[in-house]
Amino acid sequence: MAIVELKSVSKRYGDKGANAVEGFDLRTLDGEFIVLVGPSGCGKTTTMRMIAGLELNTGGEILFDEQDVSSVPAKHRDIAMVFQSYALYPHMSVYDNMAFSLKLKKLDKAKIRQRVLEAAKILDIEHLLDRKPRALSGGQRQRVALGRAIVREPRVFLMDEPLSNLDARLRVEMRAEIVKLHRRLKVTTFYVTHDQVEAMTMGERIVVMRDGKIQQIGKPNELYDSPVNMFVAGFIGTPSMNFLKATRRGARIDGEGCGFAPAQALLDQVDEGAAVWVGVRPEHLRPARAEPAGGGAGRLSGRVEVIEPLGAVTLVHLRVGETRITAQLEGRPQVEVDDELTLECDVESLHLFDLEREHSLGLQATPRTESSVALG
Amino acid sequence: MSTPVDIDQSRQGLGGVLLTLLAYAVALLMFFPLFWMLLTAFKTEQTAVSLVPQLFFTPTLDSFREAMAQGSTYNHYAWNSLVTAVGSTLIGLVLTIPAAYAMAFYPNKRTDFTLVWMVSTKFIPAVGVLIPIFLVYRSLGLLDTRFGLLMLYTAMNLPIMVWMVYSYFRDIPKDIIEAADIDGAGVLQTMVRVILPLALPGLASTALLVTILAWNESFWSIMVTNHEASTLAAFIASFRSAEGLYWAKLSAGSVLAVAPIVVLGWCAQRQMVRGLTFGAVK
Ligand SMILES: Nc1ncnc2c1ncn2[C@@H]1O[C@H](COP(=O)(O)OP(=O)(O)O)[C@@H](O)[C@H]1O
Ligand SMILES: [Mg+2]
Repeated sequence: MAIVELKSVSKRYGDKGANAVEGFDLRTLDGEFIVLVGPSGCGKTTTMRMIAGLELNTGGEILFDEQDVSSVPAKHRDIAMVFQSYALYPHMSVYDNMAFSLKLKKLDKAKIRQRVLEAAKILDIEHLLDRKPRALSGGQRQRVALGRAIVREPRVFLMDEPLSNLDARLRVEMRAEIVKLHRRLKVTTFYVTHDQVEAMTMGERIVVMRDGKIQQIGKPNELYDSPVNMFVAGFIGTPSMNFLKATRRGARIDGEGCGFAPAQALLDQVDEGAAVWVGVRPEHLRPARAEPAGGGAGRLSGRVEVIEPLGAVTLVHLRVGETRITAQLEGRPQVEVDDELTLECDVESLHLFDLEREHSLGLQATPRTESSVALG
Repeated sequence: MSTPVDIDQSRQGLGGVLLTLLAYAVALLMFFPLFWMLLTAFKTEQTAVSLVPQLFFTPTLDSFREAMAQGSTYNHYAWNSLVTAVGSTLIGLVLTIPAAYAMAFYPNKRTDFTLVWMVSTKFIPAVGVLIPIFLVYRSLGLLDTRFGLLMLYTAMNLPIMVWMVYSYFRDIPKDIIEAADIDGAGVLQTMVRVILPLALPGLASTALLVTILAWNESFWSIMVTNHEASTLAAFIASFRSAEGLYWAKLSAGSVLAVAPIVVLGWCAQRQMVRGLTFGAVK
């Protein structure tokens, strides 16, 4: 268990070109579960490999419990890693795979046996101990890879997209399993995924990355409620947040086919006549009630293009002016393709973003936690 | 159910039969000289040179007896072959494994070039370097020594060995090496406990191949040795005398020379095929 701290860590591959990771700042709590999330190529794996010591950081410092480990080789960092490919030793039995690191540490046989059996029991793979990896299913290999990591009792766990090779059902199952495992072992964990649902459900804190830079660090609901920019707003939550271009006119912000009346504090961030992006999450939209009784703080209308019934909810895609937006409506609304539909939302669900720099306007009005924030 | 199978078979029947016949013909063509050598070895010198090729004759071991008759020459040459072939293979492996390891797991900009360059040395005809090597060997006193020949064979096979072992190492996923690193294994432990076991089939077939190449080598064996370090290749050549060729004896000698390696190859056949297709099947 350790407090891991990264101080403006950066990584550049080769002599030229851009940094794969830049100015990465993060300090974990002891035993925290951190999720790194972002689109492919944003530098998640690179960050992970620098923490592991498989790749040396070209800038900044990496500290374990206040000690700089930047130049400590992987084998002495006392971390365990679960690879996306599992990377089990193909020529060793499951038992030997799990015992390998302990044998290298020269623990005595009985102790090794006890630890391996214990881990096997936790992961429910006791009956597989004699098998070779090739005789295991994907899910079983995943468990063995986890087992190999936990017998180490490491200071830090690193997992790089460990579930991405599993089918959807197994993935959900293993997700819960890993969270349970973490709750039990309380080892500081870095978990990489490109799947925001995984990030939201597993992370105690989430680091959203893009192009090698941290966009925002926060608890799942913080990211959902107060994204610092359009990237985070669009990345966190499914379906993605809708963005509509609109211009301030007096107390209102109006666009093509839509009009909004945000709270005064938010409105104050926008100059008269200036254009902004208005963000509304699909699940915050509902069919508009008749005016003037209804109304809501936001209203948008357009032609329905596609309807996707999901059972409990229905996704309705419509075209508002030039913009395609998605609404997630309760139950089974009485709409047909090509209908004109008007939707509304409440004042709390409105987000405003700068037209050019795409950062959130009026976030300052919201109380922030200790999570650090970086604007892209 | 049966119809598609029939169609399949009939389609195979057209080109398939021809192809099979062709394969048999080629195989026979390649096997025939060896077969004839084997037959000739059991003939007398008279039947061996008879104008009408004799397929049926009373076999005799005379030629073998004569070939072996030159005292313990066969054993002497066989021992030299064994020492140089196996010795050069072992030394080759010791040099190859670290080289291939570095190139496979820590490649840099020049790795590809180095590999191609190494293999390209094989394009130089042996006679091209005969004089310099001969002179160097003479001044170092390595002429007609087993050690000298062994070093030549090592050098001769090193490019192939590095190339082959490199490609087997390359087939080992990098993640596995990194996993070993994180598990606390040093370079040597990773090598011994992870890389070598995984590459074993490849290493075995590499070793086998270069052993055979060294065993069958005749140019250097004849050029840089006289008697002391001569191998079976020189043994065969020695049956060529001023009066002409003794076909039966030559054949018997050749059979004796290739027999050990044929037996070895036969036994290791499965291992060999597995090694050569290691990357493809895995
Ligand atoms: N070994 C490498 N050499 C050069 N560039 C690399 C290497 N590994 C990753 N990169 C580059 O660094 C960036 C980040 O990659 P990576 O950390 O793998 O992203 P992610 O894991 O988020 O998909 C990418 O642009 C990628 O092309
Ligand atoms: Mg990655």
